[in-house]
Amino acid sequence: MHRFANPARFLRMANAAFPWLAALSALSLGAGLYFALAASPADYQQGESVRIMYIHVPSAWMGMFCYSALAMFSATSLIWKHPLADLLGRATAPVGAVFTLLCLVTGSLWGKPMWGTWWAWDARLTSMLILFFLYLGYMALSNAFDDPTRGYRSAAILALVGFVNVPVIKWSVDWWNTLHQPASVMKLGGPAIDPTMLLPLLLMAVGFQLYYFVILILRARAEIAEAKIRTIRMAQVQAAGQGEQ
Amino acid sequence: MALFSMGGYGGYVWPSYVLALVLMVGLLAVSVYGARHAEKELARLQKLRTDRRGRDHLSGESAE
Repeated sequence: MHRFANPARFLRMANAAFPWLAALSALSLGAGLYFALAASPADYQQGESVRIMYIHVPSAWMGMFCYSALAMFSATSLIWKHPLADLLGRATAPVGAVFTLLCLVTGSLWGKPMWGTWWAWDARLTSMLILFFLYLGYMALSNAFDDPTRGYRSAAILALVGFVNVPVIKWSVDWWNTLHQPASVMKLGGPAIDPTMLLPLLLMAVGFQLYYFVILILRARAEIAEAKIRTIRMAQVQAAGQGEQ
Repeated sequence: MALFSMGGYGGYVWPSYVLALVLMVGLLAVSVYGARHAEKELARLQKLRTDRRGRDHLSGESAE
């Protein structure tokens, strides 16, 4: 972990990995889209609408993954005061929010033809909506203060408190009677989904995951540069203040 | 075309994929712009600082 503590070293490693991550992400998404839209069967019950699954499920997984990463960065920041942890958390939140929003909207687009409704206040949907609001709250809090470190602390605490929502989302379809179907992939006994559908699902999931790393690196670069800009500007203000005295 | 109509579900399937494309490409574009803009600004400020230090040094004064 301490290898990443130095922002300069982190940037060097991130920039070296970046083109590979971008290329692999594009490849995986391209192959995933091909199989999702053209080279996989329709569902015997849901017909072609099952193809929404190849966007909806990977974005749900990413929404939860990003929040878990956010909670980890927040804990690292609060406990060890790791210098990069705040920045990586701030870089992660928008990606998680985008994926969660995508999951919610594609879920509605899938629910309308299949369930007859755009929305239901069942446990899975409601807890995912709460997840989206937690992301928005995190982003608002971390930007709310003039002093960035105060914002980071408040946001990190929110992220950790909200983490209880992640296992609730996962187990919601088991704990409550939900409209949303139970787990078909990540369950004891292995996936219940046909291999011809599992392939595009996993390709899209891998593509989304690599996409996250691409965006994370880009946003981390911006955060690190902005932190350095703030340091330079602070020094200029202090020097100007001393000059006047 | 069968691909477009998606067995009658086209009105639900295609907006899902288009939204995914729009959101993910949009986030990528914003993030690329943010990184480039911040790093350019940082380079500009750092160059200003080294120029100023160089000038002050030549004239015999200290910068801070």
